[in-house]
Amino acid sequence: MDQSADAGISTSLVINGSRHELVLHPWVTLLDLLREHLELTGTKKGCDHGQCGACTVLIDGVRMNSCLVLAVSQDGAEITTVEGLGTEGDLHPLQAAFVERDAFQCGYCTPGQLCSAAGLLSEGHAHTRAEIRENMSGNLCRCGAYTNIADAIEDVMAQGAAAREAAE
Amino acid sequence: MNRFDYVRPDTVSDAIKALATPSSRILAGGTNLVDLMKYDVEKPACLVDINRLPLKEISETTEGGLRVGALVSNSDLAWNKTVQARYPLLASAILAGASAQLRNAATTGGNLLQRTRCYYFYDPSTACNKREPGSGCSAIGGVNRIHAILGASDQCIAVYPSDMCVALAAIGASVDVEGPNGKRSVPFHDFHRLPGSEPQRDNTMSTGELITSIVLPPVDFGINHTYLKIRDRLSYAFALVSVAVGLTVKADKIEDARVALGGVAHKPWRDPTAEAMLKGRKPETALFVNFADQVLAQAKGQGENDFKIELARRAIVRAMQQAAAGTPQDQSNKVIQ
Repeated sequence: MDQSADAGISTSLVINGSRHELVLHPWVTLLDLLREHLELTGTKKGCDHGQCGACTVLIDGVRMNSCLVLAVSQDGAEITTVEGLGTEGDLHPLQAAFVERDAFQCGYCTPGQLCSAAGLLSEGHAHTRAEIRENMSGNLCRCGAYTNIADAIEDVMAQGAAAREAAE
Repeated sequence: MNRFDYVRPDTVSDAIKALATPSSRILAGGTNLVDLMKYDVEKPACLVDINRLPLKEISETTEGGLRVGALVSNSDLAWNKTVQARYPLLASAILAGASAQLRNAATTGGNLLQRTRCYYFYDPSTACNKREPGSGCSAIGGVNRIHAILGASDQCIAVYPSDMCVALAAIGASVDVEGPNGKRSVPFHDFHRLPGSEPQRDNTMSTGELITSIVLPPVDFGINHTYLKIRDRLSYAFALVSVAVGLTVKADKIEDARVALGGVAHKPWRDPTAEAMLKGRKPETALFVNFADQVLAQAKGQGENDFKIELARRAIVRAMQQAAAGTPQDQSNKVIQ
């Protein structure tokens, strides 16, 4: 790889199922790429320092803070943002549960909460409410909707358990 | 963030060549480096992205321990079944740190190389000997609630922020490092350093060196271990004081004791002399109190952090009680038993 940083570095990313062939300066974070270059503004910039979780996305299915990730370093990765979780007509189970449980007030942290919760579910390490709370501690909610966020995640976990039982 | 060049080597030897320039920095998980670059604390001329290097394996060593590749993520290490079974103290300490998102991105090697969270280190408008040698220490006589009570110097009172490293210190890990002069293995207690007159040096690595793996020796504390972390919030906060304990108890006598402290010094803190005093003794509270007193005999507060000395004393005793009882601290249910 002998490309000049000033000229930009070829980077290939699949974002919400669509392939993007990009030429990027190495100092562009994944968060700024999504919001400023690709107009995927569902992912939010809160602190921009990895402290609030508003920018959480899934990288190859794993939740990370997109504000601390340089986009060029993810060449070849698959990124899922809140726009890729579900659509207005076909909500992701977490999105439906957040609506049902009123798991937000202003909504600014919600895309990060949703992506983080999706990551939590696929990790499979949280089973109790205490474990949900601990494993969601990287997502701040200044409105304080934590109780309802935990309720929504518990609902979806219970749905998953019920679906698994029905399949057996 | 400044402009910089970016290279992505495929081999360790190419990475070491790219790191020969002092202004190059290693990019692994980026969770600390990218943040420091946003604050203009780090202004590298070149980032060497090592994420394509083959350093992502956890494997058995011939000694019966484990070798952890430098690029294994903190999450993958903490949730690894073998690590959970054989090094639960390490898994527990990792899960006590940061958030799930950060642990997913952060690497084992990067955890060792993260910088202090001293407020002044992060603020280029203030004097800081660690960021700018010779400029002074704003924390001495300043806001120093989170700062060191052991091993500090008149140049720097910063603390090392890692949880994982406190467990690695107790376990007695070693660090495999590779550089222009070849490979070497560094015992954990020699890896990080005290600030002395060179607080800009967090550790004993040289320019161009790269951590390739962390080696865990075969240790078995059974159920007699704990990682107790005391902080301002229940989760997602750095330790004010943390204690990693691993005990080997036979016939109600301590055969071997490892006690490492986090949040109190420029490196994970162990006191081998005090630990030796525990050998052959019955594991009971009076002994733990004596031990804590000995470890903290030289402790010195800076004003706002004076409370840490008593907090450390109590945390050491409680953690040793937990380890002796075989009731390790739960990192989800934070009630301290």
